[in-house]
Amino acid sequence: MDLFEHQGKEFFAQFGMPVSPGEAAFSVDDAVAAAERLGTPVMVKAQVHTGGRGKAGGVKFAADIDSVREHAGNILGLDINGHIVQRLWIEKASDIAEEYYASFTLDRSAKKHLGMLSKEGGVEIETVAEENPDAIAKIWIDPVDGLTEAACRDWVAAANLPDAAVEGTVAIMHQLYAAYTEGDADLVEINPLILTPEGNVHVLDAKVTLDGNSEFRHDDYGQYDETQPRDEREEAAHAKGLQYVGLEGSVGVIANGAGLAMSTVDVVNQVGGSPANFLDIGGGANADVMAGALEVINNDPNVKSIFINIFGGITRGEEVANGILEAMERVEIDSPIVIRLDGTNADEGREILRPKLNDKLMMEETMLDAARKSVELAS
Amino acid sequence: MSIFVDENTKVIYQGLTGSQGSYYGRLNAEYGTQVVAGTHPKKAGSDVDGVPIYANVAEAVAATGATASCIFIPAPGVKGAVMEAAEGGVEFIVAITEGVPAHDEAYFFNDLKRNFPNVRLLGPNCPGIISPGKCNIGITAGHIAKEGGPVGIVSRSGTLTYQALYELKQKDIGVTTCVGIGGDPVPGTSFIDCLEAFEADPDTKAVMMIGEIGGSAEEEAAEFIKNHMTKPVSSYIAGVTAPPGKKMGHAGAIVSGGKGTAAAKMEALADAGVAVGNNPTEAGELMAEIVANL
Repeated sequence: MDLFEHQGKEFFAQFGMPVSPGEAAFSVDDAVAAAERLGTPVMVKAQVHTGGRGKAGGVKFAADIDSVREHAGNILGLDINGHIVQRLWIEKASDIAEEYYASFTLDRSAKKHLGMLSKEGGVEIETVAEENPDAIAKIWIDPVDGLTEAACRDWVAAANLPDAAVEGTVAIMHQLYAAYTEGDADLVEINPLILTPEGNVHVLDAKVTLDGNSEFRHDDYGQYDETQPRDEREEAAHAKGLQYVGLEGSVGVIANGAGLAMSTVDVVNQVGGSPANFLDIGGGANADVMAGALEVINNDPNVKSIFINIFGGITRGEEVANGILEAMERVEIDSPIVIRLDGTNADEGREILRPKLNDKLMMEETMLDAARKSVELAS
Repeated sequence: MSIFVDENTKVIYQGLTGSQGSYYGRLNAEYGTQVVAGTHPKKAGSDVDGVPIYANVAEAVAATGATASCIFIPAPGVKGAVMEAAEGGVEFIVAITEGVPAHDEAYFFNDLKRNFPNVRLLGPNCPGIISPGKCNIGITAGHIAKEGGPVGIVSRSGTLTYQALYELKQKDIGVTTCVGIGGDPVPGTSFIDCLEAFEADPDTKAVMMIGEIGGSAEEEAAEFIKNHMTKPVSSYIAGVTAPPGKKMGHAGAIVSGGKGTAAAKMEALADAGVAVGNNPTEAGELMAEIVANL
């Protein structure tokens, strides 16, 4: 789950990190009212789940209320990498002497946590990594040990920050690590972490991705789930508990298991078609789940054919076949369906489907043939 | 021969009293797996389908001599269950449960490595392991696999593991062991662990490896194959045309260093001499050719 910047800052604040006072705003009037309460100058910042906000004109300095009104009007509705800005964060402006970068994430390869700290912040860290990799100080942390005081100090020293920034940074790195581990985050990133002219180290941005698997021990994470960016189709699928990702094509895809669903999307592409979605209905394929999946796909106006790709493991072929037929009775489907059923008792399942086949319900023996058929029907 | 398990492996089921645990425990027992015990802190002394329940893994090990454990505990309890199994004295732990927090996985992976270096963990979020005709621990449908050899399978994806077993059975090709390592960020057992074991297993003559987009495990496996494998390998990577799954922001992009795409993985594998198929069927056909030429 990706957090908006302001949610990330509120999250960081729970761990004692120094962030600027601010308010979320959903309209120009909200923004002006927030700025009046905070007192100018303020920053007007687009809240979107994507990077490159500054370049796109989504982050502006406002010296007075008139500028707040002007910038808020310009930024709301702005398209940043396909994300339309619907909320703003109005924040008390900070004076900046220097900008740094800090983050923690899991290094899947080393199977340890990786902390990165650089005195070259405020720019894209990928660029720093490419052009001046030595400017990034890295620390690998064994989760059993955690971030010790000595290791943290060595790491911060390796980043060559000016003396004035060291103590503040050490303190914030401990807090950031606590936010990362206790908060069950996949990623916590501050860019920039700033040093103010007065010598304070301060968190000026927040990028946080939380691990959805940890929701059971964080009662407040439901609020972030609600603000995830989803299109209409994805929202409908999410409400039904389906693993769905919307794509641009015309072949609706239903498969059981994430690997097989990905593989189905691959095969549709490989035979010259384009999938409308990725949809994993999980291990079984009962009528309820199948009906929900068909409903979501049927409501997608781009869909011209539907490819149901089921491999029966524990779930037997006849159960799958009956589930599909029952689902089709419940949902009226506009597009022709092509089924590929394989695995346990596939023959029995196919026998059940065979008498029901017509020009709206077809069956193919292999994944490739079924993909070809559904692509042909969609074109 | 097989890797990690065989017909003598005695298995404890943590969560045998639950709906998933009892269902798959029974299927595994019917397959011929030595399902010798279950555990539940409050149900010691009872049984499930005649399999005795003990209060914890240590007591179950003492009473049965079990060397393996299979975990069907809900995600919040997996961290505790893995450590209980290791402390209880088993050597091989299979964690089927999906949805385990990544921080828990990172923690118990490192805890095991440091304090229980001889314990092997498979999973979490995996279908388990099957050595056809000998032992089936987990949720794989046993009859989709042909026993014997000469192929070993290692896979990150559940349904594609079944697909691979099935493709080979259709071609009358047997499997020594099929290991589902799972697709989570910190798998207890890696591709390389399995490739190393298959390379050492005299009955395994070729290996089929099924990967997915994300991470760099396939690239690392390719490096291992290039330098250490004498046996032929065929492969398929799911997600060639999938949209980027989980965006991990800037820090994640640096960790992966441009790795993680299907194209990069396929190229690394092909470069290591692996026969790479564009879909599971093609990978199966490539394996059939390899087996025909053994």
